[in-house]
Amino acid sequence: MKLIFEKSAPGRALSLLPPCDVELVALPEELVRETAPALPEMSETDISRHYTELNKNVHGVNCGFYPLGSCTMKYNPRIDEEMAALPGFTQVHPLAPAYATEGCREVLETASKYLCEIFGMDACTFQPAAGAHGEFTGILLIKQYHDARGEGAKRTKIIVPDSAHGTNPATANMCGYQVVNIPSAPNGCVDLEALKAVLGEDTAGLMLTNPNTVGIFDENILEITRLVHEAGGLCYYDGANLNAVMGVVRPGDMGFDCIHSNLHKTFATPHGGGGPGAGAVGCKAHLMPYLPKSAMMGGEGIQVRSFAGNFLVVVKALTYIMTLGQEGIPEAAKNAVLNANYLMRKIQGTFEPAFDRTCMHEFVLDLSGFKKETGVSALDVAKSLIDYGMHPPTMYFPLIVHEALMLEPTETESRETLDWAADVFRQLYELAHKDPEFMHNAPHNAQIGRPDEVRAARTPILRYQKAEA
Amino acid sequence: MNYPAELKYSKSHEWVKMDGDVAVIGISDFAQDALGDVVFINLPAEGDEVTAGESFGDVESVKAVSDLICPVSGVICAVNEELLDAPEKLNQGAYDAWIIKVENITDQEELLDAAAYEAFCAEEG
Repeated sequence: MKLIFEKSAPGRALSLLPPCDVELVALPEELVRETAPALPEMSETDISRHYTELNKNVHGVNCGFYPLGSCTMKYNPRIDEEMAALPGFTQVHPLAPAYATEGCREVLETASKYLCEIFGMDACTFQPAAGAHGEFTGILLIKQYHDARGEGAKRTKIIVPDSAHGTNPATANMCGYQVVNIPSAPNGCVDLEALKAVLGEDTAGLMLTNPNTVGIFDENILEITRLVHEAGGLCYYDGANLNAVMGVVRPGDMGFDCIHSNLHKTFATPHGGGGPGAGAVGCKAHLMPYLPKSAMMGGEGIQVRSFAGNFLVVVKALTYIMTLGQEGIPEAAKNAVLNANYLMRKIQGTFEPAFDRTCMHEFVLDLSGFKKETGVSALDVAKSLIDYGMHPPTMYFPLIVHEALMLEPTETESRETLDWAADVFRQLYELAHKDPEFMHNAPHNAQIGRPDEVRAARTPILRYQKAEA
Repeated sequence: MNYPAELKYSKSHEWVKMDGDVAVIGISDFAQDALGDVVFINLPAEGDEVTAGESFGDVESVKAVSDLICPVSGVICAVNEELLDAPEKLNQGAYDAWIIKVENITDQEELLDAAAYEAFCAEEG
């Protein structure tokens, strides 16, 4: 398929603009660009066709099952979009006078109140643009806390379990901390002895997600956070897996001091296309003085982003929370857990779970035995699923499981869909024993088969460049 | 999978060949197979001190980034910089593509012989 730039025809511009109702102003010479930007010039018909064609070539939640582990690809209710499209939200300027932004401020205040209740925290900011930015903000809160107490110089280490998302060590590193990796216990949870061995006067904090990346709720969580606090460190909750527990158990009650939540995942706003997201950060009272404040909310202080962050994403998340309400939020979490357990047990007997126990909202299959037996890898299975109209699960993550496939069905799938998915996995299991070669070459019906991942990683082309005439 | 008998191996899947007083270090065939296609490598510099059991660089494959763990303590006397431009050599021949050479060795991890390492890999799956 051609890129939109390649479809451009010089002069075919859309210029049906209304007459200008303000006086024209000439820009100062130094601000005028020397060459015109190379924007595509197309008719509205062709633009519409272009995006419809793109739409046909991708797989979204609207197209079919999307069990991409750790990403919470749940259905995003239309009402969220409708609310975010209200002119009172879309036509507002962040520098408008306070009387003109009252409604927007009420959205932020209400969303903050509800999220603090779900998090078990005392305050919240919406500035961070998405998850990793939220992590960065949260760890900076911890750093400020230690600095303010005069312990910043000696507390130089952040503890991260080996099952963590890669962004955790990256965040700690970006904040100037030394990362201490601790191995997981055989059940995939934090090894208390390993934790005790690394805790000390140099501990700044611990970054953890609970349930963890293998979909298991760490039953020792109260003991873990107690041990970290005893050593003088603080506990950071990575909200990546909040969907499993929202409204049921609160990170604040588990002993965490601060948290980020990907509103764009857990609270059902669209994601996966590069944004925008919203990485709301909540904290307990002792970290409140360091929380970024936006001028729009009447505060002054450090900002990690302009204005109130990605405001419309917050509108969508608030709509979701208010639509589901106090009963619906925990019910969604419980259904997410139920669906994951149902699918795991349905698939078991062919592909085996890495941890044979009740899971939370996601589970990990260990295909290492299967690969030894058939030569078919987790990648081959993932690619084969595309031919059935299913989005592949997350592959080769977490790193503590070899040949991992990580499935998160979410709460918005029906029993029929889960039965169908289990059946597809069963068919692929049988196919691998009969015709492994066929699976090595999958997918067979997709537009793109197997992209050259090595070339894409080593010499990526990140933007369109016009070919020299 | 290939486990040359003349080499020693660490449990973090590096191989060591003693060349006089110098340890030549790379990653095993098992490691490159588990990693998949390697796309980048981060290398230390000549003269850097390394400690047994600690990271001396990392490799990035299409699946993940993994630390390279040094099996010995000492001082790096040579770095295979060819790998910066051609990390695929690690996949093409894990035992030809040495990564670093270490001298002034003061300590080393517990290393396995080829048979023990092969058994260890079979268990790790």
